[in-house]
Amino acid sequence: MRWVERCIETTIRASAFTVILALVLIFVFIGKEALPILTSPSVRQEASLRQLFGTIVWQPVSTVPQYGLLPLLLGTLKVTVIALLVGGPLALSAALFTSEFAPPWVREVLKPSVELLAGIPSVVLGFFALMVLASWLQSVFGWTYRLNAVNAGIALAFAVIPIVYTVAEDALTSVPRSYREGSIAMGADAWQTAWRVVVPAAFPGIFAACVLGFGRAIGETMIVLMASGNAPIFSAALTDSARSLSATIAAELGEVVVGSAPYHVLFLIGSLLFVLTFLTNLAGHWFVTRLREKLEGR
Amino acid sequence: MTPKPKLEARQLHFFYGTFAALKGINLAVPAGTITAIIGPSGCGKSTLLRVFNRMNEIIPDVHLSGDVLLEGVSIYQDGLASTTLRKRVGMVFQRPNPFPLSIFENVAYGPRIHGLARGDSLRRLVEESLQATHLWDEVKDRLSQSALSLLPEQQQRLCISRLLAVQPEVLLLDEPCSALDPAATQQIEELMRELTARYTLVIVTHNMQQAARVSEFTAYMLLGELAEFGKTAELFTNPRDPRTEEYITGRFG
Repeated sequence: MRWVERCIETTIRASAFTVILALVLIFVFIGKEALPILTSPSVRQEASLRQLFGTIVWQPVSTVPQYGLLPLLLGTLKVTVIALLVGGPLALSAALFTSEFAPPWVREVLKPSVELLAGIPSVVLGFFALMVLASWLQSVFGWTYRLNAVNAGIALAFAVIPIVYTVAEDALTSVPRSYREGSIAMGADAWQTAWRVVVPAAFPGIFAACVLGFGRAIGETMIVLMASGNAPIFSAALTDSARSLSATIAAELGEVVVGSAPYHVLFLIGSLLFVLTFLTNLAGHWFVTRLREKLEGR
Repeated sequence: MTPKPKLEARQLHFFYGTFAALKGINLAVPAGTITAIIGPSGCGKSTLLRVFNRMNEIIPDVHLSGDVLLEGVSIYQDGLASTTLRKRVGMVFQRPNPFPLSIFENVAYGPRIHGLARGDSLRRLVEESLQATHLWDEVKDRLSQSALSLLPEQQQRLCISRLLAVQPEVLLLDEPCSALDPAATQQIEELMRELTARYTLVIVTHNMQQAARVSEFTAYMLLGELAEFGKTAELFTNPRDPRTEEYITGRFG
């Protein structure tokens, strides 16, 4: 019996470490392929760091290839921020409604439905944005470019909403009943209780939901690839076409010559994405922990 | 002489689904006193307390017949808003439940939602409310800290301060000391006695000694009925009902 238990324990432990190991190995692989940007003289000559982070043209396959990452970074930023601005408030208010105001039967319909949204493949969302949403937005607002950052951002919001909603709703629901009772027993109505007691109590969880939503948005590829117009334009206008970091990898890695400068640049983009999400999650985690400590007075 | 009733239950029946939790309660809580409600577990004493400020209404599938009067006005039939009622009749719970906000924000919460005070007058109200429970000196230097950093007994006094800040008339206390140690219990009991100068208190307690120590009137409940109600001293020394006698002499309960 003890032998069996030990076997099971070892297996479980091994699985846990396999996941961590896979994560580390992925990062090592991506990092290794990006490293020649710094070490190989020929790559450095073609794509110097100054060019990568100091110029605004991304043309890796022209006769004089140019590797300016800034339009891609800006495109990612625009699309991600729009997605969070559109999806965040929607998801958070839906979560608040579900946990505080919805009658039980509505909650039982609402929660699984929104979570079902997470199951829609992103290529389907992208296709919808490409064919339907883009035309509709253009006919309403009369934008010059049918596929643009706003279109991609709104489509991306549909990918962000289920995550933010689920995590935030869980955070709100797990606020102890005694807080709500205490508030109601003083003559507060449901809205005052929700807004002034439940939301502050659940704030760490709500913030964590937003961080997860950001991670989802920045990494999402297919929707942005299909709905943004995919043009690496360095412009602040939200109605210009845009291209994100992740979409660039998806679109170009299949065509690139292994070991060439653009190949290594694509891996640099991959590392950037990895570091960006990692740092966001780390900062988010740190902030949530501090907030929780402050809230609980430890 | 018995003071005029502050709260009055008349032929009060209360049901959870089909289960009758209260069966024809008639009870007049005298103003400016402490009335204790005692009785074995499940006798309906907490239910009765919750009926007094309509906290029972947040539970689904309950209904009620009969009436409760606050200063002669029906709280169920006369279209009194539950928020107005609960401002006048506040409640302290078994487990201290300060909000996970700062100490100041906890006390300021009630005045804010009822629009009673702001700015300097709010600060003064918070200070007065904390002084009324003798918490002010202990927390005046850390008003911005989380209320959850306080000791359980301080938390309970904070919950009482929080209630006093909305200037209620009646305080309902649902076993307010059951999560506290004896020393802390003593402090809360002293506080309750002081509060009778300005408020009417109704306390539900498991602890008969506590009822005997703090209350002027005691209601003994059994299986959803009010078995006996009277002056605490008389009820404990000379109970009229044999069931009361059995309970207070510890034969069951």
